Amino acid sequence: MCTTCGCGHGETKIEGHAHDHDHEHGHDHGHDHDHHHGHSHAHNPYAPRHSHAPGMTQSRMLKIEQDILAKNDGYARENRAFLAGRRVFALNLVSSPGSGKTTLLCKTIELLKGKATVAVIEGDQQTSNDAERIRATGAPAIQINTGKGCHLDAHMVGHAMQQMDLPERSLLMIENVGNLVCPAAFDLGEAHKVVILSVTEGEDKPLKYPDMFRAADLMLLNKCDLLPHLQFDVDKAIEAARRVNPAIQVIRVSATTGEGMDDWLGWLERSRG
Amino acid sequence: MHEMSLAEGILQLIEEAARAENVQRVAAVYVEVGQLASVEVESLRFCFDVVIKDSVADGARLEIIDMPGTGWCMDCSQSVPMSDKLDGCPLCGGYRVQVTGGTEMRVKELEIE
Repeated sequence: MCTTCGCGHGETKIEGHAHDHDHEHGHDHGHDHDHHHGHSHAHNPYAPRHSHAPGMTQSRMLKIEQDILAKNDGYARENRAFLAGRRVFALNLVSSPGSGKTTLLCKTIELLKGKATVAVIEGDQQTSNDAERIRATGAPAIQINTGKGCHLDAHMVGHAMQQMDLPERSLLMIENVGNLVCPAAFDLGEAHKVVILSVTEGEDKPLKYPDMFRAADLMLLNKCDLLPHLQFDVDKAIEAARRVNPAIQVIRVSATTGEGMDDWLGWLERSRG
Repeated sequence: MHEMSLAEGILQLIEEAARAENVQRVAAVYVEVGQLASVEVESLRFCFDVVIKDSVADGARLEIIDMPGTGWCMDCSQSVPMSDKLDGCPLCGGYRVQVTGGTEMRVKELEIE
C-alpha cells in the first residue's frame, strides 16, 4: 500500500476525507514517463508474435529507467510546490514510538502562541488520540490512520493538506508514525526531517537505525530533564549520530521543564527564513 | 525496510510501461539496487514473487544489478568506496564521510515478449 498511494488496500483513513476514491481522480502528478526504447517501435500489436525465425521467442528489452519510489517523489514534489505557494514551512518529525513527539509539539505550539500559526498532521496506525491532544492546545490538527501501513507517504499527506486551512507563513508539523525504519525513505514534501531521540532510549540508536539519522537534518535529544536518573551518555549519542551523518545538528530539549526550547524555537525561526 | 512496498512500486512501473507499450508478457525485470539502499534483496525477491501473481509479469525473473556504494571523505577531500553506511573512510579511518552513490532503487529495463 505504501508506494502505491497509501490507499491501495483501503486501510488508510484521513479524518474528514471520504475514502472511496479509486485513484483515477483528476489531479495530474506530472511525472514523466519517457520510455526511450531503442527499438524504434518494432512492435506492431497486430504483427504475428513469432515473426522472426520459427521456434524463437521474440523478446526484446524495454528501457524504463525510473526510481521505484518515483510515484511517491512525484506527490512529494506537488506537496512542496503547494507549500511553497503559501510560504508554509513544513517539518517531518520522525522517531521511535514514545520519544515524546506529541508532548514536544504541544509545548512548541504553546510557546509559539501569538508568534506563529502551527498546524499539525498526525500519523498513527490507529486512534485519533494524538490529533485530539494537539487540538486541545487550540492548533488545527488532522489525523491520518495508516491502518496496516508503517509510515506516512506523500500522497496521504497531500490529501490531508488539501483539507486543512494553512495560512500564509504558517508552520506545518507532520508527526510521522513512530518507526525509525520506513519513514526515512519517504519524502513528504517537507523542508527538513527532524529526528527525535529521547534519553530513555539507547545512545547507540543512530548506529542501529542509521537510515533515519542520515535522512534527518536535526536531532532533538528529548527528555533531558531525566538525565540525572539515567546512565545515558549524551556525548556518545551525539558522536553516534555524527558518525552516521556528519552534518546533523543537535539540540538538547525537555518538553517537560522547557530546557532547550529556546534553542529549538531559534532553529525554527532561522530555518524558515 | 518495507520490501513489500518496493515490490509493489516495481509492479506499478511494470504495469504502466506494459499499458503504454501494449506488452503482453514480461519475462524479466532488471532492477538496480545500491549497496547502501537498505534493501534486503532476498526479502525483495520474496515479495516480488508474491505481488506479480496474475499480473502481466507473472513468473518474471527479477534480475538485481548491484550498484557500488561511494562516499566523499571530508578529511581526505576525495571520493572513497563504501560497502556499509557505518564504514569509516578506508584511507583515514575517520567517519566524516557523506554517502554520494549507491542508494539507487531503480527499475532499469524490462525483457518483454
